[in-house]
Amino acid sequence: MATLVLLHPLTAALVNLDTRARVLHWWFIQITVANLVVIILMVLVFVAALLIPFRGPGSKR
Amino acid sequence: MTTAAEEDASRLETDDEWTVRLRHVALEKLPPEQLLPATQPAYVASWIYVFGVLTVSALVVIIASGAVLTIFGPSWWHTSTAGHFVNSIHIWSVEVFFFTMVVHLWGKFFMAAWRGRRRATWITGVVAVLAAVGAALTGYLSQQNFDSQWISTQAKDGINATGAGAFFNVLDFGQMLMWHIMLLPLIVSFIVAIHVLLVRIRGVVPPFAESSEGS
Amino acid sequence: MTRKAFNPDRDVAEWNGPKVPYDLLKEFAIAMVVVTLVVVGLAVVFSSPDDPAVTLQSWAQNSPVDFAQTALSELDGSSGTAQYGPPYNAGGAPQSVAGISPERWVGVHIPVNTAQDFVFGPLATLAGAPGVHRAVAIYQAASDSQKAAWATAYGNALASARTVDGHVVVARGHFGPVALMIQSLTAMAERGGLSGPLPASSQFSSVDQTKPLLFLSDGSYFAGLGSARNLTGDQWGMMNETGNYPGQAWLWLYTMWYQVPPIKSSSSADLLVWMIMIALTAVLALVPFIPGLRSIPRWTRVYRLIWRNHYRQAT
Repeated sequence: MATLVLLHPLTAALVNLDTRARVLHWWFIQITVANLVVIILMVLVFVAALLIPFRGPGSKR
Repeated sequence: MTTAAEEDASRLETDDEWTVRLRHVALEKLPPEQLLPATQPAYVASWIYVFGVLTVSALVVIIASGAVLTIFGPSWWHTSTAGHFVNSIHIWSVEVFFFTMVVHLWGKFFMAAWRGRRRATWITGVVAVLAAVGAALTGYLSQQNFDSQWISTQAKDGINATGAGAFFNVLDFGQMLMWHIMLLPLIVSFIVAIHVLLVRIRGVVPPFAESSEGS
Repeated sequence: MTRKAFNPDRDVAEWNGPKVPYDLLKEFAIAMVVVTLVVVGLAVVFSSPDDPAVTLQSWAQNSPVDFAQTALSELDGSSGTAQYGPPYNAGGAPQSVAGISPERWVGVHIPVNTAQDFVFGPLATLAGAPGVHRAVAIYQAASDSQKAAWATAYGNALASARTVDGHVVVARGHFGPVALMIQSLTAMAERGGLSGPLPASSQFSSVDQTKPLLFLSDGSYFAGLGSARNLTGDQWGMMNETGNYPGQAWLWLYTMWYQVPPIKSSSSADLLVWMIMIALTAVLALVPFIPGLRSIPRWTRVYRLIWRNHYRQAT
């Protein structure tokens, strides 16, 4: 349990998201800002994965 | 160097033993060099290839943090800051899991990764998504807070409409918890294992041939 | 032997070209470290939501009139649960699309009798209240029209009820035994006395919350809490989480169908949406077999980007 006790100061959120949800309305679409951020990040990460040159274990040379 | 005992064993071995047959099939379909290869085809050079392994890694974190929550029981995370922290790890690893899985799915779609007898790999991937959605839903239902109360009363209507609600009662915390910590982790892990083995058996899909492009 | 013609969206020549060193285990190890760091980082920065559960007690204390109105609707059979139909009871019309009605086929499997389970049952456990037990007996012995008359009168009175010191106060009227029954039940809930009698079984500690949750969801109080948190169906609530946390964003398509006419106003919306989602999921799983759909990757040419090194070397 010692390690869990050490984690104690980390268990309170640095950024408090327990606030009233922010929601965007557009036409018939309703989405929370949090979900929209996740979806936009997903698209950005996908595009970045396609565009950024690969320097991993298979890149060689 | 083989010992006399080993020679004895190989002499006693017959091909109609189930165990021997399984070993032959396994070695033929998936020799060790193919199961754990040291090389990949030269075309495997893009960041999009890392999202499969990232998804598996997130699944490992989900199962590890879920195991800690299991050890201390379903009430622990409501009353202990350490428990709440482990719960935070658990839920964020789920968000990361779905995030990387979706990017992986998009990538595999645009590679048409089902080509060349790889259709079963695609289908097991889709089944893994479905099982993961079920695992996530039962997890949300196991929270014992306002969120789980709300989600259960909302989800019941859809599931009741399919007829499944009579047996899969989302309002029954005990039943949902047991699905969440026993059946669904097994199912997800099993399908993911099959999926990964299929990738190793068939290999990573080659690019479209230049001649077939746009035709 | 005949062989199907080569189809670029289904077939591919196996790779005989060059290979490069690629350490899968090392990749996995690095991925584990990266994912663990990202997850721990997110957990430290954002923590996780845990809005306290609503109890029948907190409901009765915060909104006693709504509790009383809901209890009355459970008694006279007008509540959402009483009118639900299968799998709970024979109350309402099961959802049905083109003669397909799995709800009806399966029938009642989790029997719920709202008057018995939510009103008579809990009141019967009330000790030292012979007046209440007598009221229940009078109610149960009355004719259906008499019961309805009492319930209607009390319902009208509750509609303009006031709350004094947490107690429901209504104008005088001909309520028969109904007022005493509902007031006793509300008082019982306010004291926290309803957590015991309601659960589904007589086990010492029940983990099945079906009945209290059905009772809770019949009231406006619970619905109001959900609506204030943007969680209701017409708010695309299935993909939302309490607070400003991301939720089950992967349910976006499922929750979207509920906003689309004519599903939006259909009494069999749930069944329709599930049918659509099952069909679409089958399409996703069977993409490799569906002409046109399986050609999209080749037509969009996104793969040129993924394999750009390969094509550069090939030319």
